[in-house]
Amino acid sequence: MKLDAKIPQGPLEEKWLNYKKTARLVNPANRKKLDVIVVGTGLAGSSVAASLGEMGYNVKSFCFQDTPRRAHSVAAQGGVNAAKNYKNDGDSVYRMFVDTLKGGDFRAREANVYRLAECSLNLIDQAVAQGVPFGREYGGYLNNRSFGGVQVSRTFYARGQTGQQLLLGTYQALMRQVDKKTVALYSSHEMLDLVVIDERARGIIVRNLETGEIEKHAAHAVVLATGGFGKIYYLSTLAMGCNGSAIWRAHKKGAFFASPSWTQIHPTSLPQSGDYQSKLTLMSESLRNDGRIWVPKKAEDTREANTIPEEERDYYLERRYPAFGNLAPRDISSRAAKERIDAGHGVGPLKNAVYLDFSKAIKEQGQAKIAEKYGNLFRMYEKITGTNAYKEPMKISPAAHFSMGGLWVDYELMTTIPGLFALGEANFADHGANRLGANSLLQASVDGYFIAPYTIANYLADQIRTGKISTDHPEFEKAVKENKEKINNLLRIKGSRSVDYYHKKLGKLLYDYCGLTRTAEGLTYAIEEIKKLREEFYKNVYVPGENDTMNAELEKAGRVADYLEIGVLMCYDALTRNESCGAHFREEFQTEEGEAQRNDVDFQYISAWEWPGSLEQEPILNKEELKFEFVQPTIRSYK
Amino acid sequence: MKLHLKIWRQKNRKAQGKLVNYTLENVNPHMSFLEMLDTLNEQLIQNKEEPVEFDHDCREGICGQCGVVINGNAHGPLENTTTCQLHMREFKDGETVLIEPFRAKGFPVKKDLKVDRSAFDRIISAGGYVSVNTGQAPEANSIPVSHAIAEAAFDSAACIGCGACVATCKNGSAALFTSAKITQLAILPQSQEERKERALNMIAQMDKEGFGHCSNTEACEVECPQGISVLNIARMNYEYNRASFLKFKK
Ligand SMILES: Cc1cc2nc3c(=O)[nH]c(=O)nc-3n(C[C@H](O)[C@H](O)[C@H](O)COP(=O)(O)OP(=O)(O)OC[C@H]3O[C@@H](n4cnc5c(N)ncnc54)[C@H](O)[C@@H]3O)c2cc1C
Repeated sequence: MKLDAKIPQGPLEEKWLNYKKTARLVNPANRKKLDVIVVGTGLAGSSVAASLGEMGYNVKSFCFQDTPRRAHSVAAQGGVNAAKNYKNDGDSVYRMFVDTLKGGDFRAREANVYRLAECSLNLIDQAVAQGVPFGREYGGYLNNRSFGGVQVSRTFYARGQTGQQLLLGTYQALMRQVDKKTVALYSSHEMLDLVVIDERARGIIVRNLETGEIEKHAAHAVVLATGGFGKIYYLSTLAMGCNGSAIWRAHKKGAFFASPSWTQIHPTSLPQSGDYQSKLTLMSESLRNDGRIWVPKKAEDTREANTIPEEERDYYLERRYPAFGNLAPRDISSRAAKERIDAGHGVGPLKNAVYLDFSKAIKEQGQAKIAEKYGNLFRMYEKITGTNAYKEPMKISPAAHFSMGGLWVDYELMTTIPGLFALGEANFADHGANRLGANSLLQASVDGYFIAPYTIANYLADQIRTGKISTDHPEFEKAVKENKEKINNLLRIKGSRSVDYYHKKLGKLLYDYCGLTRTAEGLTYAIEEIKKLREEFYKNVYVPGENDTMNAELEKAGRVADYLEIGVLMCYDALTRNESCGAHFREEFQTEEGEAQRNDVDFQYISAWEWPGSLEQEPILNKEELKFEFVQPTIRSYK
Repeated sequence: MKLHLKIWRQKNRKAQGKLVNYTLENVNPHMSFLEMLDTLNEQLIQNKEEPVEFDHDCREGICGQCGVVINGNAHGPLENTTTCQLHMREFKDGETVLIEPFRAKGFPVKKDLKVDRSAFDRIISAGGYVSVNTGQAPEANSIPVSHAIAEAAFDSAACIGCGACVATCKNGSAALFTSAKITQLAILPQSQEERKERALNMIAQMDKEGFGHCSNTEACEVECPQGISVLNIARMNYEYNRASFLKFKK
């Protein structure tokens, strides 16, 4: 299939304007006749549901948490980027566009990235108007901080809770529409399937997580804003319920899945300390402004950190990347940590961490100053580990964090299924092979507030005469039946291992073979191992309880069943990309100094995978060639 | 570590619940409280018993989904800490730990340790927002907000909506939750137009949901993971009186 990204004509700065000028509209009187389903209430989902509600469409909003306000956007700490140039330090939409494109290692579409930077200006205006309490200077104007990979200060923040505050702003906008009855809320509902009728997305099947009831919902268009699926690695910075099920089920109904293996592994999270562990908590990237990263020069050194003399410490980021030092981008910092850990220099009881040391900063600036900047993070560190990081270095370690991959979408954020849109982290769009810090709160919000309301209207314009979509259609009945069967199958297995057992095994395989570094041999092995694990899962998993009650184990089982399929596709994706770019590092393709070696001649494309019809067949690769008309790809160097 | 657990088990909204005893060996002091419950569930699953349902999601103290009453305290023995951030090193080997759901008239139990907090959503939808549509916003820096006001607004806005304030209050009052949102929006310049209606409507909704009255015991502030101050409640009372007076005058 030929993929058409539908990028508008014209110079970069005029593409989005041109689109908006010519997009079709729906008359206000007709809007209430049109139904839109939005799955997800993070920044992307809440903002699009609220915006469509304000315009007068009939919206249904779904999330699996017990209220929209708990979507995982809530956990973002650091901040959100916008090219406001309030610091007068030479920032501009164009500069932000170039930074993002370069940060993504030239594996994203120019037109999309430019639009992201362009709409960043409106987002800050909108959030401030909603009452989001961003950090301010004493004169009352908005303040900014810096983030990794750029040389300007364009990051807006609300202490260490930027995601929470942005999310509450959009949640409140959503609840206002709920009050006005333009949006109906379905919390504690999980999407199980997409319903496609005559090649258009026409509805979804959901499970009411309290009663277990399987429900049908129909609409003229369906929006998936279901977030990232990094939880596939089991240990990650994501929430326990984050999943890939919604987009995976849509994939199996015909939506292409782009770059599934591009996962950002964040360098500064807390290390795993035991088998019981369920989550790796993120420590903000901002700590790397003052913390120095090191490991003992001697392998297998078991001395206490503070007893290791200065000359026996290896500050490996400063050594390898003198220009950026401890602030080298995420993919590079994580890889460098893994290299040291694998070489036997890891620290901590499981030898899986590196030190993040503040002693120099404390000596130079005083403890009070460091406490003022990072006090909440030091407190959090102590709460979790019981260790005082003013006295001894923190132990940190890389953790799966963000999915650059997701459903393939065109410039309108529409998938390969007409009427099915994907927004926020659930799509692959703007970050290329590596996302810059503070760009994804932005992307999720911009998709929902400023892009999708136009592009969905453009799609709905010819749906006015369609009339109500009925859930009596045989496709709905079929989907309900299939999903009930799937659930009952899981409950019938009654094997001897818990769902978590399989999830942990899968996570370990992916970390080892489709994580920070990959090889053809390892990926081939992992594909076979994951397939075996899947077989064993269907023979030996134990899912307790019934289908018609609240049943957390059953929810997990459904998600892990999908993960076991997604994991295989991730490995195929990594295996077929014979180059290294951004977070995708194939050991066979590196420079003499051990840096990523991109191959623009053969791999300047987005891999968009097509469901082949069954698990027995190999997934089908489609390519969207990337054209660089405005910026020429260069080699990323942070030396 | 070995623990004796007494956990509230209740099949659904209508069923009668009861406390059930469990013993858990090999508890690691570095585990979080929720990881201890995971371990118990793993053991129950191995024994083909039904695991305990409990609420949780982000496990880093910000989503507000987790929350149980531990030995009589909402979110357990530590002040200003969510259940997910509580670690087993706070407990002693051989200790008996009583685990119950958040209890309040406004929070019906759904199953085991999970409760229905949708009343909070309805309080917000009664007025806890600024009425600005997408696209209507003026340039961000055209509304300066002093550093002090922005910081104070943040302090109120930091609420995670977990409901520990309600669970810990002997009257089951939602005053801290409601007042935090009223205060945040009352002190910011963005939404003075709706200030009166917001206070009256949100308070009316809070009462309608069956939450009790605030009798100033200040227990809520102690358990609040974000340390939201009871001064917000004083502010809410002021906003209520102000709005009632101005309404009466008109
Ligand atoms: C710890 C952490 C810190 C971060 N810090 C930053 C930062 O500082 N700056 C930055 O820019 N980015 C940051 N990010 C990334 C950023 O937060 C996310 O990419 C972004 O918030 C995603 O928003 P979203 O709306 O796409 O998805 P989410 O906010 O994850 O929302 C997903 C929604 O989909 C729903 N859902 C999912 N599956 C289903 C289903 N099957 N059925 C029904 N509903 C479903 C969920 O209930 C939820 O409502 C961080 C991420 C993490 C994990």
